[in-house]
Amino acid sequence: MAKIERLRDRSGAEVSPAARQPAVEVAGLNLVFQTADTPVTALSDINLTVNKGDFVSLIGPSGCGKTTLLRVIADLERATGGSIQVNGVSPEQARLARAYGYVFQAAALYPWRSVLRNVTLPLEIMGLSRKEQLERAARVIELVELTGFERKFPWQLSGGMQQRVSIARALSFDPDLLLMDEPFGALDEIIRDRLNEQLLQLWERTGKTVIFVTHSIPEAVFLSSRIVVMSPRPGRIVDIVESDLPRDRNFEIREDARFAEIAHRVRLGLRAGHGDVDE
Amino acid sequence: MKFRRGDIVLAVTVLAGAAALFLPLGGVGLWPRADMLLWIAALIVAALPALDYLARPIAAFLALLGAVMAGAALYGLIGAGARGVHAYGLWLGVIVLVVLSWRAMALSAALAAAYKSNLLHLAAPILLGVWTIFMWQVLTVGFDIPRVLLPPPSDIAASMVASSRDLALDFVQTFIRAMIPGYVIGCGAGFIVGVLVDRVPFLQRGLLPLGNLVSALPIVAVAPIMVMWFGFDWQSKAAVVVIMTFFPMLVSTIAGLAALSRMELDLMRTYAATYGQTLWKARLQAAMPFIFNALKINSTLALIGAIVAEFFGTPVVGMGFRISTEVGRMNISMVWATIVVAAVAGSAAYGALALMERIVTFWHPSLRKVA
Amino acid sequence: MNSLAQRLRDGHALPVLAIVAVLIAVWYLGAIWLNSQRIIDLYEADEDMKGKWTTSDLIRDTLSMNRPVLPAPDQVVMELDRSVLEVAPTSNRSLLYHAWVTLSAALVGFGLGALLGIALAVAIVHVKTLERALMPWVIASQTIPILAIAPMIIVVLGSIGFVGLMPKAFISAYLCFFPVTIGMVKGLTSPEPLQLDLIRTYSANEGQIFRKLRWPASFAFLFPSLKIAVALAVVGAIVGELPTGAAAGLGARLLAGSYYGQTVQIWSALVLASLVAGLSVAAVGWAERITMRRMGGRA
Repeated sequence: MAKIERLRDRSGAEVSPAARQPAVEVAGLNLVFQTADTPVTALSDINLTVNKGDFVSLIGPSGCGKTTLLRVIADLERATGGSIQVNGVSPEQARLARAYGYVFQAAALYPWRSVLRNVTLPLEIMGLSRKEQLERAARVIELVELTGFERKFPWQLSGGMQQRVSIARALSFDPDLLLMDEPFGALDEIIRDRLNEQLLQLWERTGKTVIFVTHSIPEAVFLSSRIVVMSPRPGRIVDIVESDLPRDRNFEIREDARFAEIAHRVRLGLRAGHGDVDE
Repeated sequence: MKFRRGDIVLAVTVLAGAAALFLPLGGVGLWPRADMLLWIAALIVAALPALDYLARPIAAFLALLGAVMAGAALYGLIGAGARGVHAYGLWLGVIVLVVLSWRAMALSAALAAAYKSNLLHLAAPILLGVWTIFMWQVLTVGFDIPRVLLPPPSDIAASMVASSRDLALDFVQTFIRAMIPGYVIGCGAGFIVGVLVDRVPFLQRGLLPLGNLVSALPIVAVAPIMVMWFGFDWQSKAAVVVIMTFFPMLVSTIAGLAALSRMELDLMRTYAATYGQTLWKARLQAAMPFIFNALKINSTLALIGAIVAEFFGTPVVGMGFRISTEVGRMNISMVWATIVVAAVAGSAAYGALALMERIVTFWHPSLRKVA
Repeated sequence: MNSLAQRLRDGHALPVLAIVAVLIAVWYLGAIWLNSQRIIDLYEADEDMKGKWTTSDLIRDTLSMNRPVLPAPDQVVMELDRSVLEVAPTSNRSLLYHAWVTLSAALVGFGLGALLGIALAVAIVHVKTLERALMPWVIASQTIPILAIAPMIIVVLGSIGFVGLMPKAFISAYLCFFPVTIGMVKGLTSPEPLQLDLIRTYSANEGQIFRKLRWPASFAFLFPSLKIAVALAVVGAIVGELPTGAAAGLGARLLAGSYYGQTVQIWSALVLASLVAGLSVAAVGWAERITMRRMGGRA
């Protein structure tokens, strides 16, 4: 397994020509599920390009295919039509090369492993030495501000802390791409705000590409550099909103006028997708 | 002073206890002096907790002490010769003892709940156990119940001491030579087949219903066939145990390997983990609660199988052999002695498995303490 | 692929049948192999056959022995046919009669044990002291090999004139009550705190809470326990027939077969015992389905 270090300059941009390649390129993607009654079109003609260093949110109501799209990128589902490339290769090859870290809706921590051993799980699978495992784990645990909790077990932590462990685990092998499926959905708003801020700081510091699924408009606008609005039946992209909010943000940006404008445009897109536009 | 229901019950009990001193005793004229004094002291001690000034632990202790003293007094009374249905004093005394013991158990149970102590939690069941044995002794001796029907615990203890060598040899034959090899082979094979079949869903779908069906069948009935194939000695009994333990273990292994949710399996997929890595690092651990459940159930099944299989033919040693021959000789206290040995052995095995389960599956919601 | 074929492929029927077919084939092969030693010895002792026997001779003879080490499946089926279908059910040569003797004891024991188990569970749930003091013993009682006391119970009860069905029913009842107690306690305590709070806001007393909440909620746990219990009841009745060399019942037939070396008899009694147990469990399962459907559960 090749070393996972990358050269970076001070602004966080990559110093290799591979940087010019988009992280994820989706063209004309289709996914039709065969069910007992009728076929269900989960994704219809999806076109999307995600560049390195982007923070892209997929937002939409239930059933719009946002999670399905994320799972196709992660090679957890197979598309039935169209093309998709992750880091210039097929999703399966990207998965086998461990090019991304996935954070699920629930922490999905193994209860028989301590926090530390949960974080080193992917590193064990990749066959890294014990010394290297512990080094990397210590680094990412500090990144999510959970130093001191290494020996605790998942059930001894709060929901928010468990999700932070889950994020640390996804970062432990230093993938360039982070795929997050409504990771803060089960938490209360106060914790959510705090974790949103931490995630943003993490993104700034590490320069990773993040694709983030949510159904909260404020969360999407707060976190992203680009917001992809989707709608269901069939799952399709309704609008892509570029956000020109400054890259380093704090929670006060929510009071900003530009924030409200972007949120409004997202909301319009969601309603248009639902078919009830009243303008 | 307000009178609670418990106080009224206690008052009635004490009065009944006093009355017991004056009723006929069937064979004995009056209560022997020592026992009478002990009885009166017991009633006084048991009545003390009615005073509200006492702290809970002291009240529980006094209730217990009163019950123990009353029990000792009755034991002495029986020893002095009180017998028979017409010994009204004796039987009223027994009823009083039942009420006092119940109060002692209730108070210690409440105490255990209040103090959340593991040791105290054992108090109530231990009390019940001791009380049961005591009542057994009193009732069998007091009512002159034929020894052939139900021997008193003292007889059973005597049998155990007198025939300890035979009992030890029986234990080795049945438990060590037949049950343990059978248990290890049966559970091991069930587990291995469960893991092998994991890769072949077709076989899984076929074996699961069959396994459930076979688990319901009277497997011990194959014992005569095993004797025919493997001979009279321990091998045939071990074979019965193998068959009895194989299917529950197989079914539980298959169920346990299916325990992890889609999400956790997807996680392993995103790490590009191999089948072996997923099995070893995730699915086997998640399967452990199911497997230990089967191991515990199998330990009881294995002991029963080994003993009952001996009813169908065995060399002149073994717990099943001992039971069937002593029953034929109407030496019932020896039968009970064998049963005590089997029960202690079975409980020890079950307890050892429960301990291992606690260590391995410490993370399971049913076993963990919230930090 | 139409849905019937797909259901067959993905369902349980086909794999089960496939495995059963394989098992029967293995059974035949096993019968040939296990019986071959005795047959070959017979051939060697017979002047006409010595050195001249063929494989098909061997196969034919191993599968039709009078007292085989392992009878062939068709031999067992024929014996079943002989003792079940060709004999009047009331005669004591009919396996059905023996099956009924065993089943009746098992059912009586099952009824008693289930009632005892339910009563005990209700008491344990409502009286705190009983729960603390009794539950550990209920669990410990299962480590006592009750089947092992069966002979004693039978003989002792016999010596005071208690013979026939009741002693066996007692053994079955003892085996039954534990799973029913455990299952019912779990079931009666299964309502969530939320549901209990709700019914208390209606000022329900303990009796009403029991009737309207705990009792219906317990059914989901009661029926699996009843299935285990009825299977155990059948085992108890069979073992209860062993000690006194009872003349009737499937256990008695098993014993007789093993004493007189009638292998085919043993196997047919075994098959019928399995059928009895299987049908009893299925009957409880059927009752479960009906009850659950009436209570709005999924069919």
